[in-house]
Amino acid sequence: MQELAEHIAEQLGDVIQAQNIRLGELMLTVRREDIVKVLTFLRDDSACDFKILLDVCGVDFPDRPERFEVVYNLLSVRQNHRVRVKINTDEDTTVPTVSDVFATANWFEREVWDMYGVFFSDHPDLRRLLTDYGFEGHPLRKDFPMTGYVEVRYDEEQKRVIYEPVKLTQEFRSFDFLSPWEGAERHLPGDEKAEDAPADQAD
Amino acid sequence: MAEAHIKNYTINFGPQHPAAHGVLRMVMELDGEIVERIDSHIGLLHRGTEKLIEYKTYLQALPYFDRLDYVAPMSQEHAYALGVEKLMGIAPPPRGQYLRVLFAEISRILNHLLNITAFAMDVGAMTPMLWGFEQREKLMEFYEGVSGARLHAAYFRPGGVHQDVPAGMLEDILAWCDQFPAFVDDMRSLLDGNRIFKQRTVGIGVVTEKEALDWGFTGPMLRGSGVAFDLRRAQPYDAYDKVEFDVPIGKNGDCYDRYVCRVEEMAESLKIIRQCIEQMPDGPVMTEDGKIAPPDRGQMKRSMEALIHHFKLYTEGFHVPEGETYTAVEAPKGEFAVYLVSDGTNKPYRCKIRAPGFAHLQAMEFCSKGHMLADSVAILGSMDIVFGEVDR
Repeated sequence: MQELAEHIAEQLGDVIQAQNIRLGELMLTVRREDIVKVLTFLRDDSACDFKILLDVCGVDFPDRPERFEVVYNLLSVRQNHRVRVKINTDEDTTVPTVSDVFATANWFEREVWDMYGVFFSDHPDLRRLLTDYGFEGHPLRKDFPMTGYVEVRYDEEQKRVIYEPVKLTQEFRSFDFLSPWEGAERHLPGDEKAEDAPADQAD
Repeated sequence: MAEAHIKNYTINFGPQHPAAHGVLRMVMELDGEIVERIDSHIGLLHRGTEKLIEYKTYLQALPYFDRLDYVAPMSQEHAYALGVEKLMGIAPPPRGQYLRVLFAEISRILNHLLNITAFAMDVGAMTPMLWGFEQREKLMEFYEGVSGARLHAAYFRPGGVHQDVPAGMLEDILAWCDQFPAFVDDMRSLLDGNRIFKQRTVGIGVVTEKEALDWGFTGPMLRGSGVAFDLRRAQPYDAYDKVEFDVPIGKNGDCYDRYVCRVEEMAESLKIIRQCIEQMPDGPVMTEDGKIAPPDRGQMKRSMEALIHHFKLYTEGFHVPEGETYTAVEAPKGEFAVYLVSDGTNKPYRCKIRAPGFAHLQAMEFCSKGHMLADSVAILGSMDIVFGEVDR
C-alpha cells in the first residue's frame, strides 16, 4: 500500500494535492481539471492497473467554499488493491467526464448530476437517471428537505395521477438525540471559582 | 421497383413486463427483429434510500439494506455492518463471524436459485422455477428461525449478529444440505444439455474480459468472462479466510457460462456452509461492548446500567468516529459496497450504496446490440437484475 502510494506520487508529481492512507485505504485528492489524466494513468500504469471503476459518487459539504466532493473508487483485479480519488467542485463549476476512460462512468455520472447537480462537461448523455420525469432539484443535497416538494396521488375525479405540492399535517421532525451522554454540566450558577474546573464539552 | 423506405420500429419494453424482472422501462429501436438501440429508463423503484439513511441512526439504517436486493437480503447487511465496524475499529467474535458467513452463503443460494430458475423461465423452461421455489422456501425458514422474518431479516448488526441460532437449527441446515445436491442435479438435467436452453443462451450476450472490466462488471458476470476474481478469496472478510472453496469461472462470457458459474457457485456455497457448521466455535455472537451491543433481556430486568444502555442505544444510538470507508462484499450479484462518510455523530453523513446490478444494467445496450429482441430478454435474465438495488 505504502509502495503503491509512493509510486503514484512519484509518477504523477504535483498533480496530487493530498494523499493519505486511513483505515487501510489509499486516498488521493487531485484537481478537477486533472481527473481524466489521473484516472487514465491509474488505469494504464502497470503497477497500478486499476481496470475497474467501481463507483462514482458525490458528497455534499455545504459549509465548504467548494461544496461538493466527487469520489471515484477504483479496483485492480490483477494487483488486488483499491484506490479512492477525490475532487472538489461547486454548483457552477463543471467537472470533466471520465466516460471516455471507463465506459461504466456514464451512468454513475448521470446519477451524480441527478442527485447533486454536479455538471460533467463533454458527457455524452447527461440526463436525469433515477428521479421522476420532470423532477426539479437535486435531492441528495443537504439543503433539499427529506420530505421533498412534490407528491403524487391518484385523483378519483380526474381519473388520473396528479402531482401536488407536499402537504404535511405535521411538521417533519428530526430528533438528533445528541444529548450529552457524559452527564450534565457540573458547575453551579454564581460559583465564580468554578472556572478552573474542567469544562464539560457542551455542544 | 421503387425503393421502399423502411423506418425503424421503436417499442416500449416495460415498465410492466414479466421478463423485465421488476420495473424496467427500455425504449428499444428495432430493425425488424434486431435490436439497434436500447435506452434504459430506471428509477421507477427509486425510494431515496441514501437520503433516508442520512436521517437515521446507524442501527436504524440497517433494515434499509434488506430492502435493496430483496432476493438476498443478508448480503447487503453484511457490507453495511462491516463498513460500520471498520470505522469503529471493532470486530465480531468468532461465532458471530461464522454465523455471518453461514447466512451470507445461504443468501447466495437463495439468490442464485431465483436467478437461475427465473432465467430458465425467461427462455422457456417452466419446471425449474417450481422446483427452485420449494428449496427457497426451506431456506427462508432458516431466515425466519434466526430473525423472525422470512425476507427483511435485519440479522447482521454492527458488532456481530443479533441473536444466536436457535437450538437444533444447525442440524436442520445440515439436513437441508444433504438433500440439496439432488435438486441441483435434477435441475441441471433439465437445463444443461437442453437443446432449446442452449440455443437461447450459448453465444448470446458475449462479453470479453476487457469489456467486462471496462463496464465495471463484478461477480458472476465478471467470472463468466474468465476473470478469476472473488472478493471472498482476494480480500477475505469475516471467516472466509478459514474456509476452503473454489472459484468457478467461465470461458466464453456468454449467457450460458454465466448460468453455469452460478450453478457451480451454489455447490461451493454448500461446501462453505458445511465447513462453517463444522468449525463453528461456541461463545458470544455479538461484541460485548455495552456501548454498541444492546444488553440481553434478562439483564435489563435486574441491572439499572443495562436499562440505561438499552435506552440510549435505541434512542441516541452509538457514535461512530469521524472517517470514511469503502467496504465491499462479494454479494451474490457481484461487488456490493457501501461508501460511508461519518462526521462523528450518531447518523451517517453520507452512505453511498454501490449496487452491482446498476453497472450490469448499464451495459444492457452494449450487450444486446445486434441481437434479436427475444435474446435481449435472455441477456437481461443472465445479468441478474433486481430493481430494489438498481434504483435504491
